Amino acid sequence: MNRRESLKALGIGTLSAGVLLEACKPNNNKLAEDTKDTGVTADNAGRQPFEVERDKKLNADKFFTDHEMATITLLGDIIIPKDARSGSASDAKVPAFIEFIVKDMPDHQTPMRGGLRWLDLQCLNRYGKTFVDAASSQQIEMVTEIAYPKKAKPEMAQGVSFFNRMRDLTASGFYTSKIGIEDLGYAGNAPGKWDGVPAEVLKQYNIKDAWGDKWD
Amino acid sequence: MENSEWLSSPAITHSPHTALYSLTMNDIQIKKSSTVYDAIIVGSGAGGGMAGYVLAHAGLKVLMLEAGPFFDPAKDSMQLKWPYESARRGAGTTRYFGDFDAAYGGWEIDGEPYTTKDNTEFHWFRSRMLGGRTNHWGRISLRMGPDDFKGHHIDGLTDDWPISYEDVKPFYDKVDRLIGVYGTVENLPNEPDGIFLPPPKPRLNELYIKKGAAKAGVKVIAGRGSVLTEALPGNKDRGACFFCGQCGRSCKVYGDFSSSSCLVIPAIKTGNLKVIPNAMVREVLTDADGLATGVSYISKDDMQEYQVKGGMVILGASAGESARLLLNSKSSRHPNGLANSSGVVGRYLHDSTGSSAGGWLPELMDRKRYNEDGVGSVHIYGPWVYDNKKLNFPRGYHIEFGGGLHMPGYGFSGGIQNMNGVVPGKDGKMKEAGGFGADLKNDYRRFYGTGFGMAGRGTAIARYDNYCEIDPNVVDKFGIPVLRFHYKWSDYEINQAKHMQDTFQEIMHNMGGAIYGPPAGKETSYGLEAPGMIIHEVGTVRMGDDPKKSALNKYCQAHDCKNLFVVDAAPFVQQGDKNATWTILALSMRTAEYILSQRKKTNV
Repeated sequence: MNRRESLKALGIGTLSAGVLLEACKPNNNKLAEDTKDTGVTADNAGRQPFEVERDKKLNADKFFTDHEMATITLLGDIIIPKDARSGSASDAKVPAFIEFIVKDMPDHQTPMRGGLRWLDLQCLNRYGKTFVDAASSQQIEMVTEIAYPKKAKPEMAQGVSFFNRMRDLTASGFYTSKIGIEDLGYAGNAPGKWDGVPAEVLKQYNIKDAWGDKWD
Repeated sequence: MENSEWLSSPAITHSPHTALYSLTMNDIQIKKSSTVYDAIIVGSGAGGGMAGYVLAHAGLKVLMLEAGPFFDPAKDSMQLKWPYESARRGAGTTRYFGDFDAAYGGWEIDGEPYTTKDNTEFHWFRSRMLGGRTNHWGRISLRMGPDDFKGHHIDGLTDDWPISYEDVKPFYDKVDRLIGVYGTVENLPNEPDGIFLPPPKPRLNELYIKKGAAKAGVKVIAGRGSVLTEALPGNKDRGACFFCGQCGRSCKVYGDFSSSSCLVIPAIKTGNLKVIPNAMVREVLTDADGLATGVSYISKDDMQEYQVKGGMVILGASAGESARLLLNSKSSRHPNGLANSSGVVGRYLHDSTGSSAGGWLPELMDRKRYNEDGVGSVHIYGPWVYDNKKLNFPRGYHIEFGGGLHMPGYGFSGGIQNMNGVVPGKDGKMKEAGGFGADLKNDYRRFYGTGFGMAGRGTAIARYDNYCEIDPNVVDKFGIPVLRFHYKWSDYEINQAKHMQDTFQEIMHNMGGAIYGPPAGKETSYGLEAPGMIIHEVGTVRMGDDPKKSALNKYCQAHDCKNLFVVDAAPFVQQGDKNATWTILALSMRTAEYILSQRKKTNV
């Protein structure tokens, strides 16, 4: 069976490669985040019954309070805001992903809950308000204290640890979403023919041949 | 492909657990089938699958028992799913290698424990599904070389196989043609060439690795993997690869090798092979003469006990499970367990060594985007072509390389605060590490696709004192006594891991501005993975010419029981640095053909 027949077997039909590429781009697919916040689709083929059950249970549970979710949403959008190329963390449903993942990976729970409380106490002492109720300039001032590990004051160390985790979870949630994948320009997960690094890219890096045996 | 056709064939739609009469023991019954198959195969991975394929095509009536569910990659693969189609974005919470990975099971399986002894460590990965671990493996398909089969004359260590490379070569050739493998002819002394499909070209990051390795004097060649980079000549059932790089999810068009798609499902189509899924085999049954008569198993579907009969029993349950089965099959004729008068069953367990490193290339920041998924096996690797006489470890390792514009998943760009403070921003000025906001968002884009990694996979020496045995105190949820492992690395493996780390540093140093950490140090045994972590465990039912020192003859036939064969990695005397699967396939085919030749002579 050749490649064309492979694609036919996949149910993709006899479309040209260009059309296939287009068809497999994330914006043309039915998106989990359009249907359900946590990204679970109805398609459970190949999944083990215990996995389906487990996800169902995790989705039914609620871990973060509304106040905590509001704080996570705000922090997420401070970490990854909307810009000219793409939307914000909350546009990509990152808060819902974080709610799911702390239930999926309980090791996140105490550092996240405690970190959020640490942040609120800092803000209450500084500004007399919790993080979400503080002025946006105060929010940025607070985040700036914990967002730069090397220059952060020693007494901010716990906040730095929390923010590192929050930043990582936000990046995980955002760049695995449809919005984030498009933003990155990831061009794969689409049937094609790999024939090595494109010629113009080889040229850009002064590589003479696709096997990398000769360089300028 | 008409995959529905064989599914509705009588071979598997009839209730598999047919009982003709029952023996009542309180409320538990042992249901005995009167059907006598020509052969019963335990396990459906590379070894069991190949034996089933050959025997079923030769017309034998074969029953295959698999401890997990039926799995057809055409229907059950997670191929081409996007990260957001997983609630955990592909993270490995319930599947170690990620939510889309095609392994049911893992290092721990609920209700199926194993134990360790004397504070030693061993990790045992099991995939309970049709095709076993071949559904998710790395498809790296290397032949063992002449010195791997017979290396004793070089270093005076370990034992030689009773067979040589020349004995196995015809079967490697046949496996290459039957299943397909890509690679390049290199004429290296201990890295035998095969019959190759064209290899995939390197990704950009891998070109930098090649450059660094060349400067460091480390040989790097095209990868060797069982992926159909072109249509396999003469095969209409399998599709050619379309380069999604997701072999680990198993392939819906059968474009890579899984035992399920390439061996068992075609064998079912002959009408001669019947698979009973969810059948956990308890023991091999023997008669008064000590010959195998069949096996007993528990069905995970109805939790009933069954016995099935066969003219021969072929174990392909994995090195660990086959040893466990033999040790649990005690009788008056076989008081130490079946095929174990030598006492070697469970002994000489060995897994490949592994140690790894990685970093990223600032030169690749802001790189142009294109589809760089490639294949799901290695594009380049470094074979061992060096002289161990000058080194403080006896046998070599190969290096597997990777890096490129991969699909994002959980953990994407984690720890960016360790990256964005060490290189200048777009304005040429250094920035404070960490941060947030539009500037950070831009950094994520800039760093995407700059990473690379390398992992050594080396020969561990087979040792009598590294073993698995039956734990006298522990049973699994089916009441089957479990394995207890005892395994320690020696200085040979630790020194080899140090050499890997030193080599990785040299390669990365020569890649041109790569950023990477220091080598793993002595406190971690140089990053040496714990035994079992590389999932290349072999050697527990070794072959040999001397029945006092081996369990099987050179055809993987038990010395003590002539109608019992072992076709997984258990018969390995001594692994090479090569991943075991291609050798399992070749040896299983060789054993199956031996069985056919013996049947002609009516010896089996």
